[in-house]
Amino acid sequence: MRLKKFLMTACLMALPVLGASIAQAQGTLRIGMTAADIPLTNGQPDQGFEGNRFTGIPLFDSLTMWDLSSADKPSGILPGLATEWAVDANDKTRWVFRLRRGVKFHDGSDFNADAAVWNVRKVLDRDAPHYDPRQVGVTATRMPTLRRAEKIDDYTVALFTSEPDSLLPINLTNLFMASPAQWDKMRATSANAEAAWLAFARDPSGTGPFRLTRFVARERVEYARNDAYWTDKAKLDRIILLPIPEATARTAALLSNQVDWIEAPSPDTIPQLRQRGMVITSNAQPHVWPWQPCFTEGSPMADVRVRRALNLAIDREGLRTLLGGMMSIPVGTVPRGHPWFGNPSFNIRTDKAEARRLLAEAGYGPQRPLNLKVQISASGSGQMQPLPMNEFLQQDLKQVGVNVEFDVLEWNALFASWRQGCRDASARGAHATNVSFAAMDPFFAMVRFWDSKMAPPVSNNWGFFNNPRFDAMIAEARNSFEPAARDAALARLHAAGVDEALFIWIAHDVSPRAMSPRVRGYVQPQSWFVDLRLPFIQ
Amino acid sequence: MFFYLIRRIAYAIPIALAVGFVCFMLVQIAPGDPINAIVPPDAPGDVVEQVRRDYGLDKPLPVQFGLWLLKVVQGDLGRSLASGRPVWSDLSSAIGNTLMLAASASLLGFILGCVLGGLAGTFRGSWLDRVAVTLAVGGVSVPHYWLGMVMVVIFSVQLNWLPAMGAGPGGSSDWAWDWEHIKHLILPTVTLCVIPMGIITRTVRGIIAEIMNQEFVTALRGKGLTRRGVFLHVVKNAAPTALAVMGLQLGYLMGGSILVETVFSWPGTGLLLNNAIFQRDLPVLQGTILVLAMFFVALNLLVDLMQTALDPRIKRG
Repeated sequence: MRLKKFLMTACLMALPVLGASIAQAQGTLRIGMTAADIPLTNGQPDQGFEGNRFTGIPLFDSLTMWDLSSADKPSGILPGLATEWAVDANDKTRWVFRLRRGVKFHDGSDFNADAAVWNVRKVLDRDAPHYDPRQVGVTATRMPTLRRAEKIDDYTVALFTSEPDSLLPINLTNLFMASPAQWDKMRATSANAEAAWLAFARDPSGTGPFRLTRFVARERVEYARNDAYWTDKAKLDRIILLPIPEATARTAALLSNQVDWIEAPSPDTIPQLRQRGMVITSNAQPHVWPWQPCFTEGSPMADVRVRRALNLAIDREGLRTLLGGMMSIPVGTVPRGHPWFGNPSFNIRTDKAEARRLLAEAGYGPQRPLNLKVQISASGSGQMQPLPMNEFLQQDLKQVGVNVEFDVLEWNALFASWRQGCRDASARGAHATNVSFAAMDPFFAMVRFWDSKMAPPVSNNWGFFNNPRFDAMIAEARNSFEPAARDAALARLHAAGVDEALFIWIAHDVSPRAMSPRVRGYVQPQSWFVDLRLPFIQ
Repeated sequence: MFFYLIRRIAYAIPIALAVGFVCFMLVQIAPGDPINAIVPPDAPGDVVEQVRRDYGLDKPLPVQFGLWLLKVVQGDLGRSLASGRPVWSDLSSAIGNTLMLAASASLLGFILGCVLGGLAGTFRGSWLDRVAVTLAVGGVSVPHYWLGMVMVVIFSVQLNWLPAMGAGPGGSSDWAWDWEHIKHLILPTVTLCVIPMGIITRTVRGIIAEIMNQEFVTALRGKGLTRRGVFLHVVKNAAPTALAVMGLQLGYLMGGSILVETVFSWPGTGLLLNNAIFQRDLPVLQGTILVLAMFFVALNLLVDLMQTALDPRIKRG
């Protein structure tokens, strides 16, 4: 009886303490990034989509935003700082966006139409006092048709595109809204606009769920929760981001409790991480790891039978085993069930007998083996494990009589070559190139590769694919302004691309992360991005 | 001596020019494109060209080099292509961090090297000598980045005694000489000190053994000088050579700790150079190498002067 009384009293006494610990349980999350430096914090991050993930979305909002709340469905777009939008019925190059009222930047100034126009001008208007060439490269490329913005009233803006483009609302997820008032404050004490942006990057102001509290160049950046956020607030009190480019160092940092979460642990460390109680997360990601064919005359890849045969000859399950399970098996650029997947007749699978038959039909066999040259990199951001993966493919394709020779380039050099196209001397006669890419939006997933107007030096149609049927399908998709019709047009485009085997689809990255079991509430969406409002520390 | 000093400082000018030029050309010869530090790989051609113009990367190479040189003469190392920050701001903090690491590794390496070398030279052929030589050979043979990784696995991952990376719990800008910070310095310092420790052990051992066999040592002993007295004479004679080697080693540590700094994410010049190389960040690369080269020249000059002060027989000028 006495013991029972004691336990009851102890429990009652513990309640306030427990309550307090739950209240504080949201805590500080320390993240080890793969970036070598802090991605730019001026509102338009560099360092690819890792930049958007960590110094874009947490600090800034865009007119339209990705839905990152679910792990079970592909991420779609949601109203962000714009509540609704529509294309002008009479002029399909003019869009009207209605802006959210009552949103404030971290510095206390209002978000309104002036701020939206100011943010378009920062990258598109060379005459604007705050025009910043540094931000052009990482922004203009991701919204290629946007030309200018015009204020209609305090909470309505018109955006103009160079041609009718139904993809604009998706592209606008890449244009983050920075505070004009904060920039003006920095400009007042800076020698020029460039210096003002530099000062702004050290003390940025957006409307995002976190605000920057500390910036140590090359070492760390710290955020605190924005308690005045306009929608659901973050659970965490603070986030600390650390650039740790070396995978081994990231793993060691997690295992020695210096960080709670690391990006991209190398596959060979995953068993050890699991053994030490760490949680490994992954999900299908719109991150395609392909061989992109060269379609020019004389290239064996110009023959659809060869491209289909290569797609059928690859043992993707074997490759997945090689990567410790850290890839998903592609059936196209987007996964089955995605709104843009469509209904292709060519089923991407492993069928070596059919691959041999197709190669024989194309005139290749034991007497006349198919010799391919592929440009690959030894390493590189987003390239997964390029050397072992390509060596696996080399062995695999040998089984169907395909001899693959690699031209191994340094990652930066492979990029440079990608922009020149397969007709350029930098391709050194390669029949395919192995550059992984993000497929978050239709332009990046399909248009830039399959539109004949996107041939180098304009964009990434490295193989000079040129087919009027595809050009027409792309035009149709761009001119379909009703979302369901647009998705249907994109689905037809994707299905046609699969049927023509316009890529050798080898793997999709699953974006592995390792985190301490103390990290709770985390959702890994089918996206390059994550919603840092959701996790908390327990 | 004054004219010697002026002449040596004047030598630094052609060295700086040559270093800047060679570095500039190496980056140009290397495959890839510096524009990739600014625009993403999927940027359309017109955007790439526009940004190339904005940054002056479309100008002929001699013009680009000349413009850089003009700025350097005015004390401006330019801005990083990748981050947009002034090179000097990143470089100055990196130099401070590397200097701290190099100084601590040198101190440890020099003390261990002198002690081990001194013991080995004095007791040549004994077990002490064999142990010292084994440690010295091990020190110069073991790849230090591998040693760093092994120490991280043992002391950070398994034992959880010491941090695996970084320059303190709040970053290098918050550095303080307390245990929380000093423990971040231990693993990189030990890793970095093994090479100078090995080289100095072997150098000191050789010199001590040689001096011990010289006639003046026999004469000193014959005159009845104590063991300590003889040892002081030997040390004084060995010091100039040991000092020269130490100076060179400190110079190497300042510029040559790329791998160790990368393994431990230590925010020094090595990590800065490593990232600049991969990003083709030409201004950072040129600025960092130029400053490190000048540091090396200054260090050599300092060692020369110290040698003269220690041994007046060494005449300069």
